[in-house]
Amino acid sequence: MSAIILFMAVIAVIAGWWLSQQRLTAKPWLEEGSIDDFPGTGAITLPAAKIGLGVFLAVAGSLFALFISAYSMRMNMADWRTMPVPSLLWFNTGVLVLSSVALQWAHIAALRNNMDGVIVGLCAGGASAVIFLIGQLLAWQQLRAAGYFVASNPANSFFYMMTAAHGLHLMGGLVALGRATAKVWRGAEMAQLRLSVELCTIYWHFLLLVWLVLLGLLTGWTDDFIDICRRLLT
Amino acid sequence: MVDVPYDARADAPPAEVPEVELYHPRSWWTQYVFSQDAKVIAIQYSLTASAIGLVALVLSWLMRLQLGFPGTFSFIDASQYLQFITMHGMIMVIYLLTALFLGGFGNYLIPLMVGARDMVFPYVNMLSYWIYLLAVLVLASTFFVPGGPTGAGWTLYPPQAVLSGTPGQDWGIVLMLVSLILFIIGFTMGGLNYVVTVLQARTRGMTLMRMPLTVWGIFTATVMALLAFPALFVASVMMLFDRLLGTSFFMPALVEMGQQMKYGGGSPILFQHLFWFFGHPEVYIVALPAFGIVSDLISTHARKNIFGYRMMVWAIVGIGALSFVVWAHHMYVSGMHPKFGFFFATTTLIIAIPTAIKVYNWVLTLWRGDIHLTVPMLFALGFIITFVNGGLTGLFLGNVVVDVPLSDTMFVVAHFHMVMGVAPIMVVLGAIYHWYPKVTGRMLDDWMGKFHFWVTFLGAYLIFFPMHYIGLLGVPRRYHDIGDTSFIPSSTHTLNAFITVMALIVGFAQMVFLFNLVWSLFRGRPSGGNPWRATTLEWQTPETPPGHGNWGKELPVVYRWAYDYSVPGAAQDFIPQNQPRTTPAVQGAAP
Repeated sequence: MSAIILFMAVIAVIAGWWLSQQRLTAKPWLEEGSIDDFPGTGAITLPAAKIGLGVFLAVAGSLFALFISAYSMRMNMADWRTMPVPSLLWFNTGVLVLSSVALQWAHIAALRNNMDGVIVGLCAGGASAVIFLIGQLLAWQQLRAAGYFVASNPANSFFYMMTAAHGLHLMGGLVALGRATAKVWRGAEMAQLRLSVELCTIYWHFLLLVWLVLLGLLTGWTDDFIDICRRLLT
Repeated sequence: MVDVPYDARADAPPAEVPEVELYHPRSWWTQYVFSQDAKVIAIQYSLTASAIGLVALVLSWLMRLQLGFPGTFSFIDASQYLQFITMHGMIMVIYLLTALFLGGFGNYLIPLMVGARDMVFPYVNMLSYWIYLLAVLVLASTFFVPGGPTGAGWTLYPPQAVLSGTPGQDWGIVLMLVSLILFIIGFTMGGLNYVVTVLQARTRGMTLMRMPLTVWGIFTATVMALLAFPALFVASVMMLFDRLLGTSFFMPALVEMGQQMKYGGGSPILFQHLFWFFGHPEVYIVALPAFGIVSDLISTHARKNIFGYRMMVWAIVGIGALSFVVWAHHMYVSGMHPKFGFFFATTTLIIAIPTAIKVYNWVLTLWRGDIHLTVPMLFALGFIITFVNGGLTGLFLGNVVVDVPLSDTMFVVAHFHMVMGVAPIMVVLGAIYHWYPKVTGRMLDDWMGKFHFWVTFLGAYLIFFPMHYIGLLGVPRRYHDIGDTSFIPSSTHTLNAFITVMALIVGFAQMVFLFNLVWSLFRGRPSGGNPWRATTLEWQTPETPPGHGNWGKELPVVYRWAYDYSVPGAAQDFIPQNQPRTTPAVQGAAP
């Protein structure tokens, strides 16, 4: 459970930092009067949707941290046989990186009021995300053809389950991306569009990060790292 | 001192919380059914949770009938008994209490108490309810599928949850897991709303430290739930894989009916870790809103400010954080390393500190207060006593050496029913008596309310005190029939019959309550806007029940904390949060 504990510790630090800004030591019974006498405790100036996304990323992050916790506990059992990683995954990873870059492009274009750049970025980002998903399905097919079925070994089960969870999150992101693109279609103002594009970009970067961590885990790259952590903890 | 009329405008500079664009329903359907108004969603949540809760109440009667009079009711066999246990536990903990506190009270009270027009993402909020309803329907459908609901116990421990010896192995367990997954998705949608609304939609002047403790409790519980429910989600998905796809996440190598099963190598303990990583915070997800609500009830009905407000806030946050590092105290008998047991026993006992602070503060709030023994106050007092009782046996069970012999006896059942069954339900009931006038504009009948309280309160003790005792005698939990066991004296059977009779009586009292809810809706005394003369914002709405958008033309502005009761020199014994100062503050003036 060390992955999730670590994740919770990070969340706790962020929450603690935020709470420390909130004057929790104030004595509200003495502070009668208007808000402006007591600085720094109003609502956060960021838009609600952005805070909402931040909270959702914490939830999704804890979901993946739990998957990783379960993975690292289960992999110590005797029946674990590490699975070969199809080389297609490297291609997929590249495509997902491209997708993230394209959305970053769209985000920067939105900041510069460049509508064409936004359209190009959104379409390229969406298309490469779809290619990534298709690539993941192909990777599944290759593995199945090679006899690595979901139930034949826990390593396989984790591979299918975690890639599926990641893919489903990306599909949810595509819905949001589709809505942002539809806004462009309807000729929305750049001001309205900017936030949607930014939120998509943040979510895409998050999913890229999650994917890189999962890939490191599934290919065994992080084994040494996990081993060091485990020794430190014990 | 002469009261000088004070210009509120000087106190409230023109900057405003930006007005949100409200969704306006255009038809009956979008106003009452697919509504995006948090108040309607709250009522939908509450009614659905209560309906499925009634099912769980009936299940508890059936279990008690079997335990009290074994062999008399031939229609309850061992399998059904296990199914009743499972469904009763799961419904009460998740589909009733969690949904009611967060989905019901959270939706109704958060926007009103922080001075918002609605939740920040109303559409997502609506989706949250409909997915919750779907989860409830999927859960309820398991009563009608072949094989019936799962009988794995509410903890759904593998491997037995997946094996054919457990009732509901075909459909029951699958639908249970699907229902949990749906519930979590729905809850996450609602939870995002509750958190972001508290963060972003507080009206001007509503600093965090001016929020009523109810909001603090619901807010912290929601943050915890958002982080803890993923553990149940992961556990459910993995078990679903084990059951449907034949993977071996949790399933060890097994021989069933003389045949080697396809599973091998899995770890049931892994499930227990995941389950209790959710399961223990869940206790506080239910308890923290109760703590918050009860603080407000006590303060309002004792006409006194809450004692140690800051400490109360810190304790809520502290309990929330600590509750994530105690989960393995549910697993002392799983064969864990003794040092782990020591660690988790220590953290468990540490949690008693902030909890005790809260109890002291409630009692000190009552001390020399102007206590009105209204029905909400009675329930609040009932909660404090019950929570202390249940909490004390929690200290017993938190210690490894005491827990090991008591584990899996009725003592544990009595303990957690006191601390997380009866105690939060007391708050739920008290809160309904308290806020019903705001929701409907009418008071609940007082006589029926008092009858309901005394029967429920005394009855709960007559049920659960003897249950502690038979647990100490060694009567195991989850047994359909204890039969003639040599170490259990025959008087236990008499006691069991007594408990059953009391359970039926307490259940009957709840019917009186339901009747009261319906009767008062039409015949109750009109309450006016603020029948309890309370300070918090929800009582200051221009209309009762609050209209769409809650606040009429202008959002309220908050000038003070939520607990200005019996302020010396004030005209009334309460000053609403949105009332400006009537005299200019003389700061730094020589005495």
